[in-house]
Amino acid sequence: MSPLLFLILVPLVAAAFIVVGSNARFTALIASLTNLLFSLVLLAVYPRGSGYQFVSEFPIVPSLGINFTLGADGLSLVMLLLSTLVTVAAVAVAKAPERNAGWFFASLLFISAGVIGAFSSIDLFFFYMFHELALVPTFLLIGIWGSGDRQAAAWKATIYLALGSFVLLLGLLGLYLIQPEGFRSFDLRKIILLADAGFLGGNSWVYLLLLVGYGILVSLFPFHTWAPQAYSSAPSPAAMLHAGVLKKFGLYGLIRTAVPIFPDAVAEFSNLLLILLVGNILFVGYVTISQRKLDWMLGYSSVMHMGYIFLGIAALNLLSVTGSSLMLFAHGLSIAALFALGGELRERTGTLDFSELGGLAKAMPAFALLFGFAAFASIGLPGFVNFAGELLIFFGAFAGGTPLFGFSHGREVFALNSFQIATACAVWGVVISAIYMLRAYRRIFFGPLADRWSRLTEIHGLPRAAIATLIVVMLAFGFFPQIIVNLLTSGLTAP
Amino acid sequence: MIPSLALEICVVCIGIFLLMADAFLVKQDKRSLAVGAIVGLAGVLVLSFFLKPGSAEMDFSGFYVNDALALFFKRFALLSTILTLVAAMDYSPVVERFIPSATPKAGLGEFFVLPVFTCAGLMWMASSGDFIMIFCALELVTISFYVQVAYMRGSNASLEAGTKYLILGALSTGFLVYGITWIFGMTGQTTLFRIRDFLGLMPIENQTALLFGLGLVLVAIGFKVAAVPFQFWVPDVYQGAPTPVTAHLSVASKAAGFVILMRVLEPFLEIPAVQAKLLTAMVVLAAATLIYGNLAAMPQTNLKRLLAYSSIAHAGYLLVGIANVTSPLAGRAVVFYLFGYLLMTYLAFLVLIPVAKAAGGEEISNFNGLGRRSPGLAFAMLVAMASLAGLPFTVGFLGKFLIFEAAMSQHSYLLVGVGVITVACGFYYYFKVVRAMYWLPPSDDSASIEVQPLSRLAIGCLSAAIFVFGVFPQPILKLIP
Repeated sequence: MSPLLFLILVPLVAAAFIVVGSNARFTALIASLTNLLFSLVLLAVYPRGSGYQFVSEFPIVPSLGINFTLGADGLSLVMLLLSTLVTVAAVAVAKAPERNAGWFFASLLFISAGVIGAFSSIDLFFFYMFHELALVPTFLLIGIWGSGDRQAAAWKATIYLALGSFVLLLGLLGLYLIQPEGFRSFDLRKIILLADAGFLGGNSWVYLLLLVGYGILVSLFPFHTWAPQAYSSAPSPAAMLHAGVLKKFGLYGLIRTAVPIFPDAVAEFSNLLLILLVGNILFVGYVTISQRKLDWMLGYSSVMHMGYIFLGIAALNLLSVTGSSLMLFAHGLSIAALFALGGELRERTGTLDFSELGGLAKAMPAFALLFGFAAFASIGLPGFVNFAGELLIFFGAFAGGTPLFGFSHGREVFALNSFQIATACAVWGVVISAIYMLRAYRRIFFGPLADRWSRLTEIHGLPRAAIATLIVVMLAFGFFPQIIVNLLTSGLTAP
Repeated sequence: MIPSLALEICVVCIGIFLLMADAFLVKQDKRSLAVGAIVGLAGVLVLSFFLKPGSAEMDFSGFYVNDALALFFKRFALLSTILTLVAAMDYSPVVERFIPSATPKAGLGEFFVLPVFTCAGLMWMASSGDFIMIFCALELVTISFYVQVAYMRGSNASLEAGTKYLILGALSTGFLVYGITWIFGMTGQTTLFRIRDFLGLMPIENQTALLFGLGLVLVAIGFKVAAVPFQFWVPDVYQGAPTPVTAHLSVASKAAGFVILMRVLEPFLEIPAVQAKLLTAMVVLAAATLIYGNLAAMPQTNLKRLLAYSSIAHAGYLLVGIANVTSPLAGRAVVFYLFGYLLMTYLAFLVLIPVAKAAGGEEISNFNGLGRRSPGLAFAMLVAMASLAGLPFTVGFLGKFLIFEAAMSQHSYLLVGVGVITVACGFYYYFKVVRAMYWLPPSDDSASIEVQPLSRLAIGCLSAAIFVFGVFPQPILKLIP
């Protein structure tokens, strides 16, 4: 059996066991830890720079070129590590609901299986299908076990993401149909070979479909309105898995399909993408500042940070795309840690409204410390892997496009091109994140401690260990980002 | 060597035998008739696999076609009739309640026998290559449905549905006959392949009259497949008819309509001038059907009515395939879609029957809290709804995938655009049912729901088949020409 199939099946089998009646939390934890260890082993045995490994192929519809093909390269393995790591953390912080605890944990494991399947698929058909497999339990988790106006949130996300998925499906179909007849397949490797041979040029409409489809899934401005509402209503493990891992599917898809297959189209429409992503960073950034509740703020901040990753993709050079890939990993960890902490806080206080909180650092010093680390990671403080990712993106993006300084028509010109302007906006975005994160931190943890919060219990046990692990990983790779970067660059084709 | 006509002859014999048996089974449970019919039809289904498509026999006539498509739809008709009978067994207490009679269970027998005759008609429809044959087979199907729709004569809804179906069915029959007359008048032929030969020789001035006749035939077929603007009978008839009949009507009758549509269009599409006009008409029909079916389904609160509108919506997706029938991918896409539609629609109706019986109504609110009352039934309904909405790993998704693939390959972006938006609408109304089952609290009585063993088996098999063929469609695609 292919090792990747094993990774997909472990959560599915565990989910089946849980539904049948074994201890939900324990089984889920064992399964997710098994997967984490296994993905670490895969990372360790993966020969650096060798393209897709662990490939297994099973024909499904040969006449249409659909095969169930699994395989992983450096980028996929990093995403698999992210998936398994966040799954462990999500299961660890999950509080079993009173009713149907089994189904709750089974849904979490289903999301995990879906994202692992998506990240380890080479065949675009199954790449898409696995993503959808992960979406369904997300809706159920929000709708059944969410908080606040959960049904409206789940409903809106369902419709939005269904629409996005179908646009994406059309894009993938387009990608299939523009291949010359007789060579058509959904196999990413074959499509890239065709693209390199110049068979797929000039089909920028496919790129636009892919961009809009993936864009809706990743909450690209202005398709982002579903995200904050869904995240604020979702139970924290679901928000961790969705914002941390599942949403990265769209960006991963762009890096996998759009960048190597349609570099010309990406360059052609770069101004459009730049405008949208600046909308993500500045517009959504200012909206984030104005939030009055922690869960909504985190939801908006996760939308905002997508802008950086899009910037790296738009700039289309090895440096920036590497930065984007690194940022996928980094942001996944930091937002998962923040949502986990937000969930813990909600459970203790029952409210996430800034105006009602304050001074909690006195009651829960360890909690405040963890939150501080996660917040700083999210801002992109040096020392965290997020910083490395943002730095690569900024350097890469600033070098993107045609430089407008030097000599032109015999005169000296000095101007910024659109990439450089967008990069400047993105750097300002770091300031914006610092403003909202630090303000939130001050309002929650500093100031006078209200009487009713004086007996809050400190975070301890499994949740504490899980969140601390996420932070340690971010710090470790923040100091040694080269480990991941080496893995990633082997998987990226330099345009 | 089995003659290809043997299948229909066997089915008719089974029907006649059961009718006679009904006369002698006075004391016994009438449901044994259904069991007999199921066993008999299953035998015919097995027999069909010993038949080779495309044998030369009867080929010269053009009257009776025996190609792979015909054989596939004969199996389709048999399978759907078997499932209808399974559903009918579960539904029979409701029918009994609405048939006033001196002796209990009198008059129940035909409820199990009539679907067998419908099945024979459907099988002939699949094989017909001649307008006369199409007309006769269609009437056999329609007339047996008239009786079945109005079967519960104590129920006003059923009677109303029967009347509506009778009047509009007669109207569409009128269109069909009139259209056939015009085509016959212009070409002197009723056999489709002879019409094709003739069309090549026909002067271009005569095309208007021919198109008029073809238009009338298309109107009649539009009634059968529930395409907008010929859909207005659907919601009332589907809601009022006994549920197993509704399922049969919405699956088998629609599928037969699409087979006829494909067969009738084929010769006419070979003339370039006519082709362009016909395909434009199909694009308009498909877009209108998609938009109307999906938008009208959104506010529904009665599940049967919702499924009626959803059946209009699915006719729209199928018409998208028909509108792109010039693509080599389209025919297979339509047939596979119909197969998926059979699985998921029957699953939804098979779950609906016991739930409606226990809850006393077919409203979506009767499904509230089903996830807690009967997790198995709720899960099966979830599968059906997910597949109808087109979620991946289900046949519904694969069907839509193939249809959209065909449409994209013909650059029919208008339909694709409309299709994507309506798919999103579909998510809204199918998930209303899921929401009721899993998110809303159950009403007062929360006893588990009783399901007949045969229904339970069918529900299990259909749920499994939706996933199996959604991931691994090769066995079905291999059967489709």
